Amino acid sequence: MKQRTLIHGVILGLFCLGFGLALALTEYVTHDAILARAMEDRQNSLGQVIPTAIHDNNPVVDTIQMQDAAGRELTVYRALKGGRVTGVAFEVFGSGYAGKMKFMLGVDAEGRVLGVRVLSHKETPGLGDKIEVKKGDWILQFAGLSLGDPPAEKWAVKKDGGRFDQFTGATITPRGTVAAIRSGLDFYAAHEAQLLEVN
Amino acid sequence: MATPGYGRIVRDGLWENNGVLVMLLGMCPTMAMTATATNGFGMGLATAVVMAASSLMVATFRNYITREVRIPVYILIVAANVTFVDLAMNAYMHELYKVLGLFIPLIVSNCLPLARLESFASREPVLPSLVDGIFMGLGFTLALTLIGAVREILGSGTLFADASLLLGPAFKVVEMRVMPADMGVLLFILPPGGFLVTGLIVVGKRMLDIRAGKGIQMAGAHSV
Repeated sequence: MKQRTLIHGVILGLFCLGFGLALALTEYVTHDAILARAMEDRQNSLGQVIPTAIHDNNPVVDTIQMQDAAGRELTVYRALKGGRVTGVAFEVFGSGYAGKMKFMLGVDAEGRVLGVRVLSHKETPGLGDKIEVKKGDWILQFAGLSLGDPPAEKWAVKKDGGRFDQFTGATITPRGTVAAIRSGLDFYAAHEAQLLEVN
Repeated sequence: MATPGYGRIVRDGLWENNGVLVMLLGMCPTMAMTATATNGFGMGLATAVVMAASSLMVATFRNYITREVRIPVYILIVAANVTFVDLAMNAYMHELYKVLGLFIPLIVSNCLPLARLESFASREPVLPSLVDGIFMGLGFTLALTLIGAVREILGSGTLFADASLLLGPAFKVVEMRVMPADMGVLLFILPPGGFLVTGLIVVGKRMLDIRAGKGIQMAGAHSV
């Protein structure tokens, strides 16, 4: 009996070892490609929130490190034209229906939204994922808005008395998105001088 | 038990012993991923790939996997295959990954691959097991696409919305609007709609089978 138990343990252990090695190898082979894809995604999303017309530098490498309201390290990508900061882009976070949602928010030097795109989320396919620009125009409506336009109390979904539509079957996702964008604009307003300073 | 012929394996996988409609397995991804036909189709295909690879591996090693440790070994193999697919797609098929990536980790929670490993791949030679994995996976795809289509038409008024994101721009033609969006019944996109539609399609399938005089075979369907 002891002998048999040992054999089972060894068999299970060998399978774990074999597949563990295979997984490690796959991870090793794909590691660089996955990082490169993530970098391309970031460049693409940055291009969508900072129009190329407003900068003559490369915002992906022209960054400053700051701390956001929650104390997180935040990388701010800056668009410069003629030596002046014309816009900044940084990540903002919101809580959705199924966890954290991450956005890239672009803000111009007057504090208006240049654009916002979702970077990652775990929202329900077919319901909450309409925040993706591929699946709907909803996220585009924020361009040009600022903290005063609409007024602060209207920065909410319609269900909460604000001006932004929720989706059929999903209110929490747009609510979290609106709150995230608002927090980004608050961050911009609080640190405007530092963000626009050219060093 | 003699190894069934390939025609039998194909018919079982697609229809007569369909993983969702007869064995009622894999209900978690079935409910979660069938709000639209496109999502159901994508989830089905990803599952079929994992099932084919897992069945192949289990059948290859079937003489070395002892009864006592077979379940952990199967889970290990399914989970490893899911991770292989996840990493490889992320690295080399990134556009597709952006659409399907959400579904792939969910395959681990599907007990249909596990059931086929236990009841087929662990007993049969490599090639029939591979065919079984492929066609059980395709049967799963068929069921999910069907449930997704019904829920999508009733809930959102569209059919195959966003298919071009999953399959490429050429598939823009299959995207249809069947009726105006505000006529959609929200219930069908939400989880209760998933149960209702799945139940009705199971009933529909049985009625078809009974009409064709094959109703007795239902009793032979095994569940795990």
